[in-house]
Amino acid sequence: MENFKADNYKYGFSYPEKPAYKLEKGLNEDTVKGISRIKNEPLWMLSYRLRAYKTFLSKKLPLWGADLSGLNFNDLYYYLKPYQSNADTWESLPKDIKETYDRIGIPDAEQRYLAGVKAQYDSEIVYGSLLAELKKKGVIFLSMEEGLRKHPKIVREYFGKAIPASDNKFSALNSAVWSGGSFIYIPKNVKVELPLQAYFRINAKKMGQFERTLIIADEGSFVSYIEGCTAPIYSQDSLHAAVVEIFVKKNARVRYSTVQNWSRNVYNLVTKRAFVYEDAVMEWVDGNLGSKITMKYPSVYLMEKGARGVILSMALAGKNQFLDAGGKAVHLAENTSSQIISKSISKNGGGSNYRGLVKVCANAKNCKSSVVCDGLILDKKSYTNTFPVMDVAGKNAQVAHEASVGRVDEEQLFYLTSRGISEQEAVNMLVNGFIEPIAKEFPMEYALELNSLIALEMEGGVNA
Amino acid sequence: MLEVKNLKVNRGGTNILKAVSLSIKEGETHILMGPNGSGKSTLANALLGNPLYTVAGGKILLDKMPLVKLSPDKRAKLGLFLAFQYPVEVEGVSMRSFLRTVYIELKKSGENFNKNLVESLKLLNINENFMGRALNFGFSGGEKKKSEILQLALFSPKYAILDETDSGLDVASLRTVAEGISALKKTNPKLGILMITHNPRILKYLNADVVHIMFQGKIIKSGNAALVKEVEEKGYGDTKSKLIMMNSERIG
Repeated sequence: MENFKADNYKYGFSYPEKPAYKLEKGLNEDTVKGISRIKNEPLWMLSYRLRAYKTFLSKKLPLWGADLSGLNFNDLYYYLKPYQSNADTWESLPKDIKETYDRIGIPDAEQRYLAGVKAQYDSEIVYGSLLAELKKKGVIFLSMEEGLRKHPKIVREYFGKAIPASDNKFSALNSAVWSGGSFIYIPKNVKVELPLQAYFRINAKKMGQFERTLIIADEGSFVSYIEGCTAPIYSQDSLHAAVVEIFVKKNARVRYSTVQNWSRNVYNLVTKRAFVYEDAVMEWVDGNLGSKITMKYPSVYLMEKGARGVILSMALAGKNQFLDAGGKAVHLAENTSSQIISKSISKNGGGSNYRGLVKVCANAKNCKSSVVCDGLILDKKSYTNTFPVMDVAGKNAQVAHEASVGRVDEEQLFYLTSRGISEQEAVNMLVNGFIEPIAKEFPMEYALELNSLIALEMEGGVNA
Repeated sequence: MLEVKNLKVNRGGTNILKAVSLSIKEGETHILMGPNGSGKSTLANALLGNPLYTVAGGKILLDKMPLVKLSPDKRAKLGLFLAFQYPVEVEGVSMRSFLRTVYIELKKSGENFNKNLVESLKLLNINENFMGRALNFGFSGGEKKKSEILQLALFSPKYAILDETDSGLDVASLRTVAEGISALKKTNPKLGILMITHNPRILKYLNADVVHIMFQGKIIKSGNAALVKEVEEKGYGDTKSKLIMMNSERIG
């Protein structure tokens, strides 16, 4: 039973490192300069990075949430370019890299139901595609580096505006050493019907991956963006510290879905925030299964009247995992609304927390917010906690909060097993039922993937 | 044959069933009656192996196969079914996917699932859109009982225990459920039934082969359908039950 996690993790494979370029291990000012030099960046970005690095040094690790004392910033690699150029066909990628994405199933998904793909391998986006008809309509889907090169004005206008480097230690780190990630612009009134997908793969040992994503959905537009991520199983830790900034303009809608399935040696410390303008809608659908430690609280800043934010967060924590997830809704304008639903499951000694904030500012009248967080504990070794913070200053606010923590219901279990379903499968069924309100919000293929990943996680018994 | 021999069952350290015996042959319908708290539901739960109940002695045999040490799912696979008195609600699991999972588990293949489901729905006069709802979730009392009988029809066990399937129903629902059971009986004459009930009216729809009266954890009297009449007239309120007990033959 000791190793069943490793056995059940389908994506734990790795290929030998064959970097086109790799920076020396460790983090100092030269690391930051080195990354900027390789990318041949404008000066403003280099100074931005260097200022962020200073901020990183001056910030303490968070005193709440997970214990990050095991994280050694100098025992990581901050930049690894796997391949010399950025491919637009899978065939032109090196064999190892192409095989990796084949095994994960990205080319197949692209064929069947995606409007565009970005695939990141260690530090760089190695593959990109976008349907021609969307290009024609003016949709931009590039790597962050390409975005900076081709659309410097837009990038400079928005980069770091939702999440300043100084937001927290890891947003500072990302701002200093970012590499890869997506740059997306959806023009006015363009609705991208099929999802765009980004896939983040760590292959190298002791790797730090710091992708930076910026999405701007112009007025009246719509886009659904999905990110997935996996990594090999190594005995040494890796770090994933991304920053995702989203701007949802008037009447636009953005749905950002994540299936986080890092291997159990990855620290996943991510800052995600959306600025939501008049009558616009932002939806975070966040599924967390993997990683050693996750700290992630996708946020909505409701900037103008009528803005709406939805945060659906699901976490399944198993052995040696601690997932501290949730969301933040900040109401800055009147008649804004937010909804947070969190479902966390803990098993086999794992811990999962809900941590959330609802803040209604003094000038924000008539706001509505509802928070529901449910925890399910599958055995006596595991634990769950909720840390909901409500800070309501605005007049006439309707703020509701419900929380529950429970174990698998014995009566439900008996009902299902008495029909002929094994206890194991009955628990799976109940767990899937528990997360169903969130799973059903993923695009169908990903909901199925999520269910099958959960079934894999659950193998080896409830009390294993 | 489903045989219960000298079954003693405890719950939470309290002895509830005191040496209960009965045997149901293929195709027979038995009625189990008795006042509240006499142990009828305990018997139903113990037969399926509810872990809250401990068997302190005796045997349960299904076609000679001893069941006491088997988990509930194994008992179901051998052909035992319990229609619950209070079916639990399971949010997030759709009726259809639940029925399909169980069907495949019991029949080892999904063959004819849709066909059998459509037939069972028809037999019980249940609307197809029932299938899109979550398992028993937000169902009315009558819908829950129908859900149980639908499962009985679809899973076609050898022996079914119906725990007060007829209680808490209005006249129309009672009629649907009872007619459903008797229709099932016609399509599957080998089905053995143990019907736990308070309600003699159910016998308008079902022919009982044997009637058992349970009192204080024991079957104090067994007989033919005429026994129901006796109960109807005399009742089994405390005093009268004791009278019945004194006058009855001990079974088992």
